[in-house]
Amino acid sequence: MTVDEIKAAFLEALNRVAPEIDVNDLDPIEDLRDAFDLDSMDILNLTIELHDTLGADIPEADVRKLTTMASAIDYLEKLLG
Amino acid sequence: MPSLGADMEAGTLVEWLKAPGDTITRGDIIAVIETQKGAIEIEVFEDGELTALLVEPGMKVPVGTPIAVINGEPEPAAEASSAAPSSTEPSVEPSPVPVSRAPSKPDVRLARTQARISPAARRIAAEQGIDLTGMTGTGPEGAVISADVPSHAPTHSRGLDLVEMRKAIAAAMARSKREIPHYYLSHTIDLTHAQIWLEQTNAERRPAERLLMGALFLKASALAVAERPGFNGFYTEDRFQPSDAVHTGVAVSIRGGGLVSPALRDANILSLTDLMAKMRDLVNRARKGQLRSSELTDATVTISSLGERGVEQLYGVIYPPQVALIGFGAVIQKPMVIEGTVLPRSTVAITLAADHRVSDGQAGARLLNDINKLLQRPETL
Repeated sequence: MTVDEIKAAFLEALNRVAPEIDVNDLDPIEDLRDAFDLDSMDILNLTIELHDTLGADIPEADVRKLTTMASAIDYLEKLLG
Repeated sequence: MPSLGADMEAGTLVEWLKAPGDTITRGDIIAVIETQKGAIEIEVFEDGELTALLVEPGMKVPVGTPIAVINGEPEPAAEASSAAPSSTEPSVEPSPVPVSRAPSKPDVRLARTQARISPAARRIAAEQGIDLTGMTGTGPEGAVISADVPSHAPTHSRGLDLVEMRKAIAAAMARSKREIPHYYLSHTIDLTHAQIWLEQTNAERRPAERLLMGALFLKASALAVAERPGFNGFYTEDRFQPSDAVHTGVAVSIRGGGLVSPALRDANILSLTDLMAKMRDLVNRARKGQLRSSELTDATVTISSLGERGVEQLYGVIYPPQVALIGFGAVIQKPMVIEGTVLPRSTVAITLAADHRVSDGQAGARLLNDINKLLQRPETL
């Protein structure tokens, strides 16, 4: 998968978890939980979405790497690469 | 129109999901109504045959207004429902449609031999000249509902109106502070063992089966109140009625500002895995405005957890007619003295807001101590 494909899949997963947020406003290095009021249930749902759509097997210990878009894409690229 | 909480005065009928002549069973969802807490699916509490619909989609009627007749002759509806049937004969067709609508209403008996069509879908189809014959919809047993009508924007967005939700919160919380003499207690406990247990448990689970700390808080609280009835039940008509069952209201914050506390039934007897699955479903539906009527009325005690982004302590306002709210602050690293040594530990402050008409601080303190003991043994939850 290319970085662009991973980014698109990540944004799609984020949109399904919280449809009301505008992903165009996303600052890549801002904490998603602060920017969009996401809680632990949202982050869990995001992990489940990424598992279901990308086949990304994200261990519990790595879930914190999903909290900014930049770190998430970087992490997913290494995981899926 | 059912009352879905102390704060509800009226509801708007959005859509009928059953038609006259349908056999209905306790627990069936027969309609969707719009309330201040979103679109709510209305369940029935008896078995029988739906004989008449008394309220048309789009009508707002006060709580207590008859909206349908089960197992009987249609009665004259309340004044609010001017479109109700004037006849007392059992109706074979859906409720009479005002003259201004649906000039060419399809024959309902013919339609039912193929697929059932909700009255709202039928009306829209008639208005737009769409033939629904042979179509299979997404409603119960393939019934065609309004959202299935081609090129039709849904008549209702199943979303949330945050202004209306704020009014509902204001009404309930003002009543609570007016009527309920609250007292508050707080207890900071060591959560290190529970956190380690949770990490180890989740490490072996696929994401969809992982647990959140909130599920442990919910289960421990439910088990504790089951043994201390002064915190679980309803205060109505000047007396407290304890509940044998524990249906925990799960406080769910809505992005953009809002709060709803739907009931998770029998939280004290569910396994942690089942409890977590139900909690995830409940939170997701609450945030989309897709709850069921019983979920708005059944909660016997409320649990509110601020989560990892929160602050240390939460002092709740009891949701009437309940008599207690148990709050959990954020899990925070703090120094604690363990066997004479100061160590960094994960901690959480548990708070109790309780009704002094029913219990007192001694009993409340025992309740918080019970929750602490349960959370020290997460493997037994």
